Amino acid sequence: MDFNDTPEQAKFRAQCREWLEANAELKDSQSMDHIGESSLEEHLEIAKKWQKKKYDAGWAMLHWPKEYGGIEASPIERIIWGQEEAKFNVPGGIFAIGLGMCGPVIMQYASEELKERYLAPMAEGKEIWCQLFSEPSAGSDVAGLRSKAEKDGDEWLINGQKVWTSGAHYSDFGILIVRHDPKVEKHKGLTFFFVDMKSPGITVKPIKQITGQAGSGSGFNEVYFDNVRIPDSQRLGEIGDGWKVAITTLMNERLAVGDARGSDIEEALVLSKTKDEGGEALIKNNAVRERLADWFCEANGLKFTKFRTISALSKGEAPGPEASITKIVSANKLQSIGNFGIDSGDMAGMLVDGDSELGSFQGAWLGAPGLRIAGGTDEILRNIIAERVLGLPQGPRADKGIAFKDIPTKV
Amino acid sequence: MNLDFSDDQKFLQNEAKKFFDKEGGLSNARKVMDENLDTDQNLWNKIIEMGWTGIRIPDEYEGLGLSHLELCVIAEELGRSLAPVPFASSVYFFTEALIKYANQEIKKDILPQLVTGTIIGTYGIAEDTQQTTESNLQVSVSSEKLTGVKIAVPDAGIATHMIVVASSKQATDLRLVDLSDPSIIITPQKNIDTSKAFYKVEFNNTPSQLLGDTGKGWDYIQDLLNQAAVLFAFEQIGGAQAALDMAKAYAIERFAFGRQIGSYQAIKHKLADMYISVTLAKSNSYYGAWALSSESSELPLAAATARVSATKAFQLCSKENIQTHGGNGFTWEYDCHLFYKRSKVLSILLGSESTWKEKLVTNLEKTNTLERG
Repeated sequence: MDFNDTPEQAKFRAQCREWLEANAELKDSQSMDHIGESSLEEHLEIAKKWQKKKYDAGWAMLHWPKEYGGIEASPIERIIWGQEEAKFNVPGGIFAIGLGMCGPVIMQYASEELKERYLAPMAEGKEIWCQLFSEPSAGSDVAGLRSKAEKDGDEWLINGQKVWTSGAHYSDFGILIVRHDPKVEKHKGLTFFFVDMKSPGITVKPIKQITGQAGSGSGFNEVYFDNVRIPDSQRLGEIGDGWKVAITTLMNERLAVGDARGSDIEEALVLSKTKDEGGEALIKNNAVRERLADWFCEANGLKFTKFRTISALSKGEAPGPEASITKIVSANKLQSIGNFGIDSGDMAGMLVDGDSELGSFQGAWLGAPGLRIAGGTDEILRNIIAERVLGLPQGPRADKGIAFKDIPTKV
Repeated sequence: MNLDFSDDQKFLQNEAKKFFDKEGGLSNARKVMDENLDTDQNLWNKIIEMGWTGIRIPDEYEGLGLSHLELCVIAEELGRSLAPVPFASSVYFFTEALIKYANQEIKKDILPQLVTGTIIGTYGIAEDTQQTTESNLQVSVSSEKLTGVKIAVPDAGIATHMIVVASSKQATDLRLVDLSDPSIIITPQKNIDTSKAFYKVEFNNTPSQLLGDTGKGWDYIQDLLNQAAVLFAFEQIGGAQAALDMAKAYAIERFAFGRQIGSYQAIKHKLADMYISVTLAKSNSYYGAWALSSESSELPLAAATARVSATKAFQLCSKENIQTHGGNGFTWEYDCHLFYKRSKVLSILLGSESTWKEKLVTNLEKTNTLERG
């Protein structure tokens, strides 16, 4: 039992580190932000430049096959790169959906011609991709989606609405799942495409969240399709195989969704040590001590759960199901720590003041409800643990064995 | 990164699991309860034959000379099967104390006999229903003789020797006592888990030997408690996992309203929460095992974290296992109560959850920076 790299891993880490040091700046020890306040345009430009730099040096899409410009890095190498890159002040995020979810589906299902056209620009950061799955009436039950695709010669006519689309407002392309036939069973009537986000008939509207953020601040959008035309050549997989294709990308999403970022035990501990309560540090309050102990057990448990997963990958083994607990535990912990931070301000805890140490806790508290929903709600994740990890049976379903159009939707 | 047990250690764990299953699994704890015994003598003899009482005892004293990691995997299996034997008292406490603090002469005399089972050890810390601290210790030592009363001493009915924490001229000593001395009065104490036996042990000018340096007994016992916390955490996660497995099996087999009860989300989410709790406890226990086996300065924090987390997990899994079983879970016939009672006893045997939370936070306060996970 140890926390060391194998010699090969240490060598790879050193290579990552060497290149990063030559091309980026280390983060300040306390800083959690990648980039200060900047406009969306500035942020995109910086992010695209960084991606291009990585691409030219071969660090952009480590796990991709060699034929598409990757190095077929092992999972442990991807983790090592991620650990090292996270120590540097570099923009992250906007290419993750493309490289992690869209790229693999293009590789698996698109024609050679299309792969040639789209994969390289995606990898070098010229073109940004998004994922158009969720709909207003299809969240946890995403296969219940209702956006329509009708065949019209060599084209498809798309009508409907997508929602919670990250980055739709700056994306060039998107992967899209729609219903081509409501008269067959729910999962059988779906077909998968990719679409040019500049196509006539597409309207992108930012979602204003409970945090008050909208537009580039929220990153989430509604996307309306009004007689949007997609050539049949942009269909990925067979007609009716949309769900199968979507599952491939969702598997990749599960790997991508990790910890909830934001105020954690470290920040709660610092606040407890420094904040004064009636002449004594807050940490002297036994109610606070008990909660710190609980959060530490959760945070430390998640940290070492991750280490166990990495250990399995490091040995070339398939990790156990332990990582399935990460988001439930971390999102709820974030909400609870955010709440604690605000309470520490006592009668003034609600006041928003740019300089206040409570700002990050207020942000955590406001953002946490979203994290408990995004990428699988707490409830769906518990179902997944119960059914896939523990092997409990599915409940009876009212949507099986009947045509999609006959599935009940209201009382 | 290798936060995992080795293949040899996993093999040993698997052998231990098969051993406890073959020897009767939970039926041993039930037998001890029903027949009002102290221990399952047959099971204990076989554990000695396997060599596990000597797992940490160096070769030169005829033990197996293995590490704490081997002890952790055995502990998990003891916990899973709720084995009613004095293993924890004798191996996690008594043997460890001797390995760390006894002089050569004592080691030569006692360690080989712990391997063969002619000596069984236990430990005495608690003295009253209030929390025992260094300043309120009543058992005292004067001219090598002990006087006073220890309570809730596990396994004292079959133990031959005992380590005792006692106040001395130089603050606190850790003392070794031969329990066959006629000055000692040992009285059974009833407890809520009758698959374990506890005793009141009264010393009256009882001869004893010093372990380690005089005046350092309280530090020694804290260190032993930290070690034991990690080992008990493995017992607790073994028990928690067994209770979860039992709940899972019942949720699949039992029908209500025409469906398996495991198909209801109320049951699914309950069991998912049990799984989450066990997973966190297991990861924290691995951290504890690493700190213990590498003699890390992080042991006090790691031990407290493993202990609190494993205590929560075993208590949650054992109580919700009863709930999942409905009325059946409340009967003597079903095994649910065995886990429920053991989880409670293990949760307080080394000091309560709040005591360990306090230790955890005291150690956190000392750290300046935490490494982000």
